[in-house]
Amino acid sequence: MTDLLTMQNITIFVLAIFVGYHVVWTVTPALHTPLMSVTNAISGIVIVGAMLQTVTIDSNTLNLTSILGAIAVFLTSINIFGGFLVTRRMLEMFKKKEPKA
Amino acid sequence: MMAVNANLTSATYLIAAVLFIFSLKGLASPTSARLGNTLGMLGMAIAVMTTFFVGHTLIIPLIAGAIVLGAVVGTLAAKRVQMTKMPELVALMHSFVGLSAVLIAIAAVFNTAEHHSSVQRIELFIGAFIGAITFTASVVAFGKLSGKFGSKPAIFKGQHLLNFVLVLLMLGFGILFYLQSSQSAFLIMCGLALMLGITLIIPIGGADMPVVVSMLNSYSGWAAAGIGFTLNNSVLIIAGACVGASGAILSYIMCKAMNRSIIAVMLGGFGAEAAVEVVSGAQKAVKSGSADDVAFLMANADTVIIVPGYGLAVSRAQHALQELTTRLIEKGVKVKYAIHPVAGRMPGHMNVLLAEADVPYEQVVEMEDVNNEFGQTDVVFVIGANDVVNPAAKKAGSAIYGMPILEAYKAKTVIVNKRSMATGYAGLDNELFYLDKTMMVFGDAKHVVESIVKAIE
Repeated sequence: MTDLLTMQNITIFVLAIFVGYHVVWTVTPALHTPLMSVTNAISGIVIVGAMLQTVTIDSNTLNLTSILGAIAVFLTSINIFGGFLVTRRMLEMFKKKEPKA
Repeated sequence: MMAVNANLTSATYLIAAVLFIFSLKGLASPTSARLGNTLGMLGMAIAVMTTFFVGHTLIIPLIAGAIVLGAVVGTLAAKRVQMTKMPELVALMHSFVGLSAVLIAIAAVFNTAEHHSSVQRIELFIGAFIGAITFTASVVAFGKLSGKFGSKPAIFKGQHLLNFVLVLLMLGFGILFYLQSSQSAFLIMCGLALMLGITLIIPIGGADMPVVVSMLNSYSGWAAAGIGFTLNNSVLIIAGACVGASGAILSYIMCKAMNRSIIAVMLGGFGAEAAVEVVSGAQKAVKSGSADDVAFLMANADTVIIVPGYGLAVSRAQHALQELTTRLIEKGVKVKYAIHPVAGRMPGHMNVLLAEADVPYEQVVEMEDVNNEFGQTDVVFVIGANDVVNPAAKKAGSAIYGMPILEAYKAKTVIVNKRSMATGYAGLDNELFYLDKTMMVFGDAKHVVESIVKAIE
């Protein structure tokens, strides 16, 4: 059972690398810095893993697992908000400029 | 929170993953990029909301509090950071992803409510060690970029041997964890990986920072994917794989733009042995000019190409430069900016600085598109760049031989602004500075450009 699940995960992983590879080559070099900051935000998806460890164990709310989980939620939240917002701020700068009067 | 149909949560996670891919796809052009970014945010919101329904016995107030706290810090950072400091911010954020991956893996190992199969133990091991290396390596990269540590490569005897021993020990404790589910073996393994992150990055010098930052970007993605394997969570695997691929492509582009192999960059030491070569050039004569001379040359030219480099970022001269361009265009001069892929300290660094200064992106061209125009250009203004215009790259035997350069030396007149005659990262003397048609203008970039603007008026 576990083996089947692992094979499915590997399938998803390999296909996703191909998707990522092809999508990223279409990114214009001028936007490589926003690409980095947005991928930074997207790797903040590990927040899902962090949340799933912030759990009550044997009716103990504060245990080593939940504390480490909560710290990881905090850090990844910085990444998510910081990453997406700084990307937006940069992209605003790339808006087409009206010629100055 | 509550039991929800697993098919439904899988579907919403899939939607989130697809939205992430759209957010990357949006970056194909500046016009679609903002929508893409919004879709990315939406995807993240969906993934987080879904997780609230997936988890059992989640401590919701603690999670919500941590998210809000992180949101405040992240928002402030995003609003306040100067565009010249983007490489530092990005490096710091990579370190957060790495550290989070380590913390999650340790939390899982110490989670007595979870049993980990042998496959999951391998996945935990992989996620944790990639995360740990990403964390400490990014902290060192941040230190080098922000000038808190020296940007000179640190090289010592037995460096590669030390790394090799660290890798072996790390694998050894990883195997011990795999065989015996030993928590202490896991912690020691993490500690070794943290050390490895430091020893791997210290020999890499400032010149190779664009590659390092891209590589760590890639690592942070692989770390996320590794955690996704442990959790059997497809959105983590998909998002992590895309980020990993993205960072790998950027690393490749950066390496190619420096004609360096990724292995050579990793082994490090570039620019350390260079100090010796410099002396010979020091006696050669250069022609230096004033801001008034530059203003005269530029105002009377038909075409001007500006080549910005890291010096522009250091002195924050982008706004002054934009002012200069506007004045020149008013006088009927055709002005373009030529960007070398490794100009600055991260991919696309110069483009962002120019965009911040309201330079329309039509005026900004990439190396391949502009190189055949230098021969017909009246004036090239090199500002705070060095190695990327060094004709030595065309000569066999030079340390940078084969590196694609902006062919500024072909222009009728070359004006170079630098703070001093110091060499670039590569530590090489630059023949361009000694050509008869070259005029050097020494001084801080911003100060010099402002003086030129005044002189033109």
